[in-house]
Amino acid sequence: MNKVDILIIGGGSAGLAAAVSAYDAGLRDILILEKDRFLGGILNQCIHPGFGLTEFREQLTGPEYAERFINEVERRHIRYELDTMVMAMTPDKEVTYSNAQQGLVTVKATTVILATGCYERNAGSIALPGDRPSGVITAGLAQRYLNIDGYLVGKSVFILGSGDIGLIMARRMTLEGAKVLGVAEIMPYSNGLNRNIVQCLVDYDIPLYLSHTVTRIIGKRKLEKIIISQVDEKFAPIPGTEREFEVDTLLLSIGLIPSNELLDKLGVPTDKTKGAIVDQNLQTNIPGVFSCGNVLHVHDLVDFVSAEGKIAGKMAAKFVTNPIKTLENQIKVLPQEGISYVVPQRVDPNRIYGPIEFKFRVNKPRNNVFFVISQGETILKRAFHQVAIPSEMINVVLPATTVIDPNMPIIVTVKERQ
Amino acid sequence: MNKVHELICIVCPKGCHLQVDDDLNVTGHGCPRGIIYGKAELLNPTRLVSSTAKLISSDLSRLPVVTSGEVPKGKIFEVMNVINGLTVSAPVALRQVLVKDVLGLGVDIIATRSVKR
Repeated sequence: MNKVDILIIGGGSAGLAAAVSAYDAGLRDILILEKDRFLGGILNQCIHPGFGLTEFREQLTGPEYAERFINEVERRHIRYELDTMVMAMTPDKEVTYSNAQQGLVTVKATTVILATGCYERNAGSIALPGDRPSGVITAGLAQRYLNIDGYLVGKSVFILGSGDIGLIMARRMTLEGAKVLGVAEIMPYSNGLNRNIVQCLVDYDIPLYLSHTVTRIIGKRKLEKIIISQVDEKFAPIPGTEREFEVDTLLLSIGLIPSNELLDKLGVPTDKTKGAIVDQNLQTNIPGVFSCGNVLHVHDLVDFVSAEGKIAGKMAAKFVTNPIKTLENQIKVLPQEGISYVVPQRVDPNRIYGPIEFKFRVNKPRNNVFFVISQGETILKRAFHQVAIPSEMINVVLPATTVIDPNMPIIVTVKERQ
Repeated sequence: MNKVHELICIVCPKGCHLQVDDDLNVTGHGCPRGIIYGKAELLNPTRLVSSTAKLISSDLSRLPVVTSGEVPKGKIFEVMNVINGLTVSAPVALRQVLVKDVLGLGVDIIATRSVKR
């Protein structure tokens, strides 16, 4: 059986960054497996600017951002396989993949970095009432059809969900001549970045209906119209608030879910994130298996995905030179009321190699809050935020010098400023 | 009366809440770029335009493009018309200029990826 030191599943932003950092940590036997016909992942279809402000200190489009990392991979002669699908993985890190050139291949990896990104919640994930015509499509798929393949999926569009992809597509389809009639968001606040509300909706006079959802899909074969209704605080439609829109397309931008199937099949424990539970080194409960990027938890900025990929690459390299048999004595990281999740979910106090970055989200918009990382009575770090909203990930970093009690859980709390 | 305009800065994903008065005094910005944005947004709002152009002699069918600088908001659709009239032949270099000084606006339309074939 073929062997490889570091097998990276996914050649998007997380996987590319992981490959580069593993190489730079001294490893050479690295293989990236990518299911698409090009590296770069979802960045290839994100043709709008706004990427790279943290990573490169300049504003790039998605393809430019991808190309920089692809160039780094090429320069290091890191091996990759395109059009390649991973079929299975065992707890011993035997990974089976297939492609047209090699057929079915099984490789024994010393470490596996999962960087498979996420997929879109679709019509099947929510109870959309009414008919089942064509014309109801996820926003990211419509984006791929438009920006990669060159097909505009509709002329008259409504968007359900105010996630960033939906907002970006509202502008994109408007620019290509479609009429976007509105965006409905079931929550009383938007789930997209503020800047996207401004530059994608406000700029083009596209109304945003907060606390609204689609309550009827109408159309025999093709979508003909939709009805939206206002919802109450329990998200139940309020009778009498219906509005009708004649549209040929309903785009769904209702959330992303980590593509964690490979680890799910192995029974690796997951969190509310739907990604694996990991320690600060991004290692899952299988020694030598790492997870990073959107398969670990859905990020709002690619820059943070790259940063996470780099950590995974570095830690995988460390594992190759110094393998760990068992992971024990890890302490739990416990999010308290008001915080929907924290990554990492565990801290390994015996393997702290640098600053520990906690990434988390609030479960509703808050103003003037302190985030406190603590153990018992000891406050490890406090961070003040004027505005905290669920769509923007919060990062709080513990310096490497922080003294962590190996016998106590780490608590993450949010408190209003007094 | 000096009116205060509430804006959301779009320079970076942080999205600072700006207050800009009619005398162009900006508050609420997190960095100096917010001041520039706040003033420009009241005087002459501008945006980058990104889209795709038809690509031939390539395995890919669309070439992603962007304006090399911001254009006035009112000119966005005219710039789109120019992009939609383009046909580009591979190979293409990253940031290759496809249209110089589009519509006399002082910015170019450039490729945002390289295409070997």
